[in-house]
Amino acid sequence: MIKRSFFGLAKPRFVYESLDSPMTPERIPMPRKATLHFDQPLERRDALLLNPGDKVKTGQKLVLTEESEDYVISPVTGSVSSVSAFIGDFGASCTAVSIDVAAEEEIDSGFADVSGDVSLEIAARYLQHLPGNPPFKALTDPRTQIETIVVTGLDPDLLVATHQQIVQSKVNAINRGISLLKKMTHAKHVIIALPQKLVKRAGGVGGASGVEIRIISEDYPSALPPFVMKEVLGKVVPAGKSSTDMGVAFFTAEAVAGVAEAFQTGQIPTTKTVTVIKKDLSRMLVEARIGTPLRDIFAICGVTLNDRDRIILGGPMTGSSIYSEDYPVGPETDAVMVQDSAAVSLVSDYPCINCGECVRICPADIPVNMLVRFCEARQYETAADEYDLYSCIECGLCTFVCPSRIPIFQYIRLAKYELARAEGKIEAEEEAPVETTEEGAEETVEESQEETAEETDA
Amino acid sequence: MLNQKRFIVSHAPFWHDGSNITERSYHMILAALPATIFGVVKYGMPAVGVLSLSISFAILWELAFNKVSKEPLTIGDGNAALIGLLFGMVLPAGSPWWLVLVGTFIAVIIGKQIYGGIGGNPFNPIAMAMAILMLSWGLYIDIDASLIHYNFDHFALYPIGALKHFGPSSVEGVAVADLIMGNQAGAIGTTFGLGLILGGVYLILRGFIRWEICLSFLAGVLLTALMFKANDAARFGGPAIHLFSGYTLIGAFFLATEDSSSPVNFVPMIIYGLVGGMLTVLIRNIGAWIDGVFLSILIINTINPLLDKIRPKALGKVV
Repeated sequence: MIKRSFFGLAKPRFVYESLDSPMTPERIPMPRKATLHFDQPLERRDALLLNPGDKVKTGQKLVLTEESEDYVISPVTGSVSSVSAFIGDFGASCTAVSIDVAAEEEIDSGFADVSGDVSLEIAARYLQHLPGNPPFKALTDPRTQIETIVVTGLDPDLLVATHQQIVQSKVNAINRGISLLKKMTHAKHVIIALPQKLVKRAGGVGGASGVEIRIISEDYPSALPPFVMKEVLGKVVPAGKSSTDMGVAFFTAEAVAGVAEAFQTGQIPTTKTVTVIKKDLSRMLVEARIGTPLRDIFAICGVTLNDRDRIILGGPMTGSSIYSEDYPVGPETDAVMVQDSAAVSLVSDYPCINCGECVRICPADIPVNMLVRFCEARQYETAADEYDLYSCIECGLCTFVCPSRIPIFQYIRLAKYELARAEGKIEAEEEAPVETTEEGAEETVEESQEETAEETDA
Repeated sequence: MLNQKRFIVSHAPFWHDGSNITERSYHMILAALPATIFGVVKYGMPAVGVLSLSISFAILWELAFNKVSKEPLTIGDGNAALIGLLFGMVLPAGSPWWLVLVGTFIAVIIGKQIYGGIGGNPFNPIAMAMAILMLSWGLYIDIDASLIHYNFDHFALYPIGALKHFGPSSVEGVAVADLIMGNQAGAIGTTFGLGLILGGVYLILRGFIRWEICLSFLAGVLLTALMFKANDAARFGGPAIHLFSGYTLIGAFFLATEDSSSPVNFVPMIIYGLVGGMLTVLIRNIGAWIDGVFLSILIINTINPLLDKIRPKALGKVV
């Protein structure tokens, strides 16, 4: 954990630690059981297309029900052992499907049959859940017109090295992927965003014409998409809009390489590169099948966990903590971080003292001191209308420096969630996910996983 | 699922820079110590009595309020102790015990707790308590009157009091070096200018107070005093006496910078400080009171919410 410097007059500065050279990723063996998450509730069991005992093959497209549009690509061969409901972030109802992995791997030919046709439609139908989560779904929306594709070679969060690794080790695949993406999307520009240190080693990237390499600063949070938009493209995303609304699509280096591999081999890649950040903040890279439980990764990396430690999916600033070692690696899991119970930082229910640290560190110039007062009082509309709630780029720096230890970042996320729910963008849950307790921060903000976590107190 | 380990789940970010409110309070107290110790040496046991009573009663009032309102105890954050120390520093050494009790009650209960405690107070608690004492028991906090039993080997009158009542010629013999080194009459913790400046610089460097507020407050005092002096040198004193005597330095470094009642954006902080400094000299020169620091701080506290609306445009803000 980075401590406040002795001279507190200057703003703290966070530098992305770049990988000095590509590491050799540790290969995690095929898990005995893989778990896949569907972002849709488990509703009528009789309408399920996936039932225990069903055989699945590697690369097979799995759909939960007839009418559902969402799918998951099976990363393993085996038979379905269970289909169960689980609660995701903010009380979202999701479905988990477990697969007992068979000894012999069989490859499904569904994608191979159509992979001759390089089109956005095929990509959206089969490649949406490639490792690195390419935004194909947003691209097929007829209302969006993508003009620029940005490939990010720097991971948005601190300490994470997954995309830095890929951009150095899979130069050819990325180049092929970029030409395929240009062909599919008719994008006019392709921009590769890299920090200065990586430009030399990833120099081969972007050999094709019409591809530009742009330098991004090594200071956090310059690799977050709204900052890349501002610094690299000179476009400011209006509050409440997304970069896709402005004709810019972000692809991670891993997703681009995955697109190339998929169309070249006719097989959908199912191996995810994950940065493991250990308790002493040392890093390891591993390659694991999607669906591999984290327990397997910890065993290979020599990570031992005790009660009251913390497991975080993602990096230290923007990740999300989970409650079980059985949680699987997903296509978006760039990093897994573990914290010792002694290093776990806690929040408090102290009020804001108006010191202004958050206002000075906020890269988006939000009046955080006022915003957090309105968020605490659940005045979300005023927070959005007058105090720039939607300008927040979710970097977490305000919470990092807050001497009152207010969970500001979570208050902001909760405010955005509640407003989206009020506007009907998120379907109302059966039980209200936000408890209205008077006790202050901890209860209100920790509802996301409290239903399943047995113990969250500290 | 029986033999599961239990992990702590919480929300991002998972790091914190380790700062906390207790640390802020204790560093403020530490920075105020040089001036306080000087005052104790200068005024002896009466000063120790006032300071001890002030700190202990500030804490006791807060504890009592916590108990009565059935809230979690907040005295551990050091803020009540800080209020008590600063309040003791602005009192004259000869203050009676009941004045300290009433003053700390006003500062802690009326100045802070009834607004919801730390972070909720719109006015600086110490400035508010002193303003009420000035209006109610002005004679008891008159520096000259309460120091009547002391024999000083320096200019024995309260410099800005003499300036107000007898004109600039009366303080002509007072050297600036004497003012800075504490050879002047004044409240317990406000005579040692160098100590207050050192403490202020320490707090600025450590990031516990903002240089924008301190420096613009002092600049406001300096500029306004210069303007008065240039206008009528026979009636008004120069900037040195305004800067280094009375409550100017403790006001600039320890009172105007109080977090809750001061702005956080750059331009507002500058305006806030400048206005505070200007009002201080205005009240001293043409107002009814000898010292205007507490009243001017209360006034700038009042305009703070409005000032803080001057802020940079947020990223991607439409309109």
